[in-house]
Amino acid sequence: MSQPEAIISMKGVGKRFGKFEALKDIDLEIARGEVVVLLGPSGSGKSTLIRCINLLEEYDAGDVHVDGIRVEKGKKLQSVRQEVAMVFQAFNLFPNHTILDNVALGPVRVRKLSWKDARERARRLLDRVGIAEQAEKYPSQLSGGQQQRVGIARALAMEPRILLFDEPTSALDPEMVGEVLDVIKGLAGDGVTLVLVTHEMGFARQVADRIVFMEAGRIKEIAPPDDFFTATRNERARAFLDAVLNH
Amino acid sequence: MDIVSTFFNVDVLLRYYPLLLEGLWRTIALGVLSIVLGLIGGLLLAIARLYGAKPVRFLAIVYIDVFRAIPVLVWLVIVYYALPFLGVRLSAFASATTALTMISSAYTAEIYRAGIEAVPRGQFEAAQSIGLGSFDLMRDVVLPQAIRIVIPPLTNNSINVLKDTALASVVALPDLLKQATQAQALAANPTPLIGAAILYLILLLPLVRLVAVFEARYSRRGAR
Ligand SMILES: Nc1ncnc2c1ncn2[C@@H]1O[C@H](COP(=O)(O)OP(=O)(O)O)[C@@H](O)[C@H]1O
Ligand SMILES: [Mg+2]
Repeated sequence: MSQPEAIISMKGVGKRFGKFEALKDIDLEIARGEVVVLLGPSGSGKSTLIRCINLLEEYDAGDVHVDGIRVEKGKKLQSVRQEVAMVFQAFNLFPNHTILDNVALGPVRVRKLSWKDARERARRLLDRVGIAEQAEKYPSQLSGGQQQRVGIARALAMEPRILLFDEPTSALDPEMVGEVLDVIKGLAGDGVTLVLVTHEMGFARQVADRIVFMEAGRIKEIAPPDDFFTATRNERARAFLDAVLNH
Repeated sequence: MDIVSTFFNVDVLLRYYPLLLEGLWRTIALGVLSIVLGLIGGLLLAIARLYGAKPVRFLAIVYIDVFRAIPVLVWLVIVYYALPFLGVRLSAFASATTALTMISSAYTAEIYRAGIEAVPRGQFEAAQSIGLGSFDLMRDVVLPQAIRIVIPPLTNNSINVLKDTALASVVALPDLLKQATQAQALAANPTPLIGAAILYLILLLPLVRLVAVFEARYSRRGAR
């Protein structure tokens, strides 16, 4: 395999909330098409890190580049955000739009498609995530698992090169976790770059090309999943794995 | 002199009701115009206050605070009697519309702001993450949700504006109240005043009821 260039590059990234340092000196390069899973205890900065990639959080030190463009306020931010889609823990579907229009809205406003074309494409995407028959309903009428699949379809509608997932299954009842993970699994290896925060260890091990382990705002270890899960040399990672795997 | 012929004198009412109706239409025109302009002005002010550059935000705050603090009547009198000294001479109707709109805008701005701030942050983030610009974000995602929250207080504010139109009689605008006092003087009988009061009630009571209905409806749906 030839060395793929980095589509996401973070160099020396730092982020403070007041006096509190949520991210410290983050260096991370993610290759085109790679699947990277961020693990770490709650509060370790995982969400903050991925939110810096599309500037939902403004970092205050270092550089983040997406596809060679520096991620910062200004004219180019919107073009970065068109490349980077995000799936949220709380789904964040638009309650005032139907399921179909939740998915079609971005392409209509950003890619300037007609509503007719955008809805046609939205239907295909809903079909792909297995909820085509819910298209005319509103988000509140769907189960959590279904809502999150809409969230994924909405993200895919922008044809992003990068998909960010922040604990996509953490707000779901256990019986719905599988259906959402299956959809995400289907995306891996499709050429799109995935950056995931999850607590589903089996899933992480299965889909990840690399595991990034964080603690207290720092990256403590980066390793292929088999190495990480069976032979991490990092004491903190070991303790973290012991805690989550024995539950 | 009995109560009926003093306060509910049918002859007087029949003679002067065209005058009252004329005043009623002027009151409605003034009220509706000020309400609509105030709804538009308030939205612009709210957006300036929330998202404007620092100096813009500061000016918006000053405007909103000043015009919520100043009594409507005082501002109305200033617009009508003081502006001519600057060479700006507005008709009574234009003065009243200007004064009421300026004050209503300040109140509606605060209402919109509360509504926009009540939309969960995740909605803004989701809209930004699919690349919507700030105009689309407001139009397609935030404002439709905020409007539900602000419909009851905006209706309430509209009632206040309608009631405040009566102050325009001070600047000699022949609105409902002014016409009624005129008729009362001509007839030497207070029946026109009672008639005006009843017309105000007919105009405003349904709106007051409407607020209660809206409040019940939107609070039920808002319980997410
Ligand atoms: N908006 C914020 N204001 C203040 N502190 C925050 C904010 N967002 C996150 N933090 C803090 O930053 C740290 C990292 O948060 P986060 O990135 O959400 O962690 P994780 O996703 O790993 O659980 C936490 O201690 C959290 O309390
Ligand atoms: Mg988190």
